[in-house]
Amino acid sequence: MNVPELFDSMEYGPAPESAAEALAWLVDQGDAFGHFIDGAFTEPGETFESRNPANGNVLALVTQGTQADVDAAVAAARRAQPKWAKDGHARARALYAIARLLQKNSRLFAVMETLDNGKPIREARDIDIPLATRHFYYHAGMAQLMAAELPDREALGVCGQVIPWNFPLLMLAWKVAPALAMGNTVVLKPAEYTSLTALLFADLCRQAGVPKGVVNIVTGDGAVGEMIVNAEVDKIAFTGSTAVGRRIREATAGSGKALTLELGGKSPYIVFDDADLDSAVEGLVDAIWFNQGQVCCAGSRLIVQEGVAERFHTKLRARMDKLRIGDPLDKCIDIGAIVDPVQLDHIHRMVDANQEGETYHAQTPLPEGGSFYPPTLITGLSPAAVLMQEEIFGPVLVGTTFRTPAEAVQLANNTRYGLAATVWSENVNLALDVAPKLAAGVVWVNGTNMFDAAAGFGGVRESGFGREGGWEGLAAYTRPKGTAKALTPIAPFEGNGAPADPLDRTAKLYIGGKQARPDGGYSHAIYGPKGALLGHVATANRKDVRNAVEAAHGAKNWARSTGHLRAQILYYMAENLSARAEEFAARIEALTGKGGTDEVEASIRRLFTYAAWADKLDGQAKGVPIRGIALAMREPVGVIGVLCPDDHPLLGLVSVIGPAMAMGNAVVAVTSEPFPLAATDFIQVLETSDVPAGVVNLLTGRPADLAPVLADHLDVDAVWSFSSSHVSAEIERRSTGNLKRTWVNNGLDRDWTGAAGEGRAFLDAATEIKTVWVPYGE
Amino acid sequence: MPTDQTALSPATTADPALPSVADPRNPGMPLDLDWVRAVQANTSAIERRAATLPGRRSVKKEFQAAWLCRAISCIDLTTLAGDDTPGRVRRLCAKARQPVSPALLDALGLPGLTVGAVCVYHDMIETAVEALEGSGIPVAAVSTGFPAGLSPYPLRIAEIGESVTAGAQEIDIVISRRHVLTGDWQALYDEMAEMRSVCGTAHVKAILATGELGTLRNVARASLVCMMAGADFIKTSTGKESVNATLPVTLTMIRAIRDYHERTGIRVGYKPAGGISKAKDALNYLALMKDELGDRWLRPDLFRFGASSLLGDIERQLEHHVTGRYSAAWRHAMA
Repeated sequence: MNVPELFDSMEYGPAPESAAEALAWLVDQGDAFGHFIDGAFTEPGETFESRNPANGNVLALVTQGTQADVDAAVAAARRAQPKWAKDGHARARALYAIARLLQKNSRLFAVMETLDNGKPIREARDIDIPLATRHFYYHAGMAQLMAAELPDREALGVCGQVIPWNFPLLMLAWKVAPALAMGNTVVLKPAEYTSLTALLFADLCRQAGVPKGVVNIVTGDGAVGEMIVNAEVDKIAFTGSTAVGRRIREATAGSGKALTLELGGKSPYIVFDDADLDSAVEGLVDAIWFNQGQVCCAGSRLIVQEGVAERFHTKLRARMDKLRIGDPLDKCIDIGAIVDPVQLDHIHRMVDANQEGETYHAQTPLPEGGSFYPPTLITGLSPAAVLMQEEIFGPVLVGTTFRTPAEAVQLANNTRYGLAATVWSENVNLALDVAPKLAAGVVWVNGTNMFDAAAGFGGVRESGFGREGGWEGLAAYTRPKGTAKALTPIAPFEGNGAPADPLDRTAKLYIGGKQARPDGGYSHAIYGPKGALLGHVATANRKDVRNAVEAAHGAKNWARSTGHLRAQILYYMAENLSARAEEFAARIEALTGKGGTDEVEASIRRLFTYAAWADKLDGQAKGVPIRGIALAMREPVGVIGVLCPDDHPLLGLVSVIGPAMAMGNAVVAVTSEPFPLAATDFIQVLETSDVPAGVVNLLTGRPADLAPVLADHLDVDAVWSFSSSHVSAEIERRSTGNLKRTWVNNGLDRDWTGAAGEGRAFLDAATEIKTVWVPYGE
Repeated sequence: MPTDQTALSPATTADPALPSVADPRNPGMPLDLDWVRAVQANTSAIERRAATLPGRRSVKKEFQAAWLCRAISCIDLTTLAGDDTPGRVRRLCAKARQPVSPALLDALGLPGLTVGAVCVYHDMIETAVEALEGSGIPVAAVSTGFPAGLSPYPLRIAEIGESVTAGAQEIDIVISRRHVLTGDWQALYDEMAEMRSVCGTAHVKAILATGELGTLRNVARASLVCMMAGADFIKTSTGKESVNATLPVTLTMIRAIRDYHERTGIRVGYKPAGGISKAKDALNYLALMKDELGDRWLRPDLFRFGASSLLGDIERQLEHHVTGRYSAAWRHAMA
């Protein structure tokens, strides 16, 4: 068309970004890649095609990794790690060089990402690459500060990292930068659809002077990922689907490998009637039509207040019609290509199977050929609809309406996932009231999909565990210094002696603030070291676990109580324990044969410690590059099942319920198996210390019987085990049901009387960090 | 010559062929305070949208040339200086008739291209009307005690009448900012409605002076009240405030226009003024209008740039398009 015609039509026309440089780089590499192992590219092996999803063209051949490749990469990483971990400043320089080189080659990376993934060049150029660069800058600083600020932490060793195809370079950065900063070396597998920017990154690592073996990239499909998971690595970090996350949890159970999972989501996007509706509509463009909706934290579940729903949907449909879908390399495109025809089919199948609600496809032309799906809105769905529950991972927004803020929260939390949530309201009272109530690791107020290296990102529930970014993200790549000894199982004493107590006292279970007989009607005898019968305790079974968990959920108000109140109650427990110190000391001595005075004293101190912490584990206001604040808020994990240490019957109990209570959790504790009577005596301390019913529930019985039930339970948020029974592996394996957090001893001992017996590690395990982003400005 | 006269022509009621006739003028509506008070504008979100727009939209080659010509057709070529003289205004009017060199316009295939209007102070109206005679280019006059709007109210009203009598077809009034800042929407409505009524057949543009309204929420509410009171256009600035037209303010105002259209079916025009001096800025504004309001708002009857130096930059870009060489300011005729 000529200028006069265009003057009349006012079309946008094509605005292509050149692919020449990126394609030239691929040609320079021979259009075929091996792995990057020990500082050099290997010869290509058996290869598969990496295609441009916008047109199906083959971009390059990428090697399918073998066991030998993975072994070689892990061995190289292992060799390089000790020296790499030595000098934080040297690491800071290397990370800084990576950041600078990413910046200097930003367009090359952006174009390569768009070619490989199909995302619009605008997003690769303005979002993916700058965020990846920022991550390296930020963590260069963490490498520099590690020695001074984290003196008690050390690198884990070799980290296996498996990343998805939706943000290939950005997810690489999120994994590699903190790992390297903390002195780990890595073996990373990019997704098989999108390996190219990882390989380009490998090339850049050479230029940055990263020592050989520190970064290793092995390409291939899920089978290679499995090899990495099963390799001799110290940590697995995975971002991807919940199904694969579950398999990794099972595969690593009991191995002692650290694990972080960043999985799927069905994140709610709540619009209150006092919101700036136009801005909330525009927010959805960034929420569900960002990266073709292939975003784990995509605001994919629209929940609008009934009174404005019709207007909002009308505005939304009008906005959808203005979205431009097409060649991802076009600088005037909003939505690019779905990463692969397989994914496109998956979206079609899910949407086509839906029978409910009203489906609207944007009235915007689709390009011919390539993997494209139109922006889609499905309104009027019930919470039960499959599309309201299952992740679509495409540009499809589903929605429903609500009447009250309470109902909005209920609908938002009516999901197995808990990655992110968005709230739109001009009322600061409402927004800041709702944000903490949402089951999500990240909450955005009046905005969406805001990310920064300084702010933690990660989920709750089946969206995984662990945080990426910020100080909290470093926990995933460090461990406390020191080595632990093996823990020997402690068997109960046996005997047939006469009762030590002239009057039979019956130790019951403690459930929901009441002493309860065991459901099964069985008890077992507890003998002293010399065989005296000290008493009987209830033998709890799975139904007692069920009842205890139910009771723990009944104590919801505890999580909302003030730290000050929780401190008061913990102090009160210490006070009441102190009043009966001699009795408890005698009991411990009778149970264990060792003097109990010190343990009682240590228990009182420990209760003081957690009373002290109850109102002091502050959140943080993060220095993110927006006008606004990103609050890292500490929230209780929820209901925690704990298998108490066996060797210290009283100190072990207060060491685990103390931090859990202080942070607002409810606990179901399985007491020391061989020495349960100190814990059952402690019921009276709980009863006299104003501990609300259900906050602490005590079960006596066999950890081997009860641990599987707790680990299986879908309404238990975390399970800790310090039991000397070998239950760690089973707990981790069974935790996959709801992907609950686990903290197990893997058969290693802990010094309950020393520094390892209390403090930050316990408080961190008892809390989740929720990042609440609140941009402001009037 | 394929030039679309409809698109090029300014909005007046004199010529039945003009689109402003096809599209009814805004008759206004009773002040709806519930609606006004429910209006929200989230500054951060609006700024984010405005900040990402230039990255989302890009217009290249002949498309860009066409868009820049469209921008020219929407310019209110303006001189509002204390040292304006008849000679200066005649020069401006000559530039309005021939905004780009004939050779370039021929090469672009748009030989008849003119700007949207010429905008002057009251005393220069007669000169401008005379200089533009036969061109179809209307004369707009700033009025009502421009730029502060603090002269006696009867004089402000009278000024409109004088300007219309002198031949202005468009009147750019300034609102009383204090009515917005004190939330006296009734007073703002009454003032605007009276000004609209004394304009008669001349179209009225309401200058909100957004740089002095404090918040985007105020901008949104003032926009709405002025539309309810019958404004044909809402305009950002006098060009004399310290902050003039910006993309966030634009987004706020055109969303108000969109809401008004959704509810009443009436299209109100938009004029960003002040601070728009680069061709690239003009493209961003056009893209924002296109995406948020639609193509209908890309015509001079519903969209104007209030600008004095923008044209110069566009001329240079157009020469680059035609010749492939980067241009120089002195190669283009000054106003």
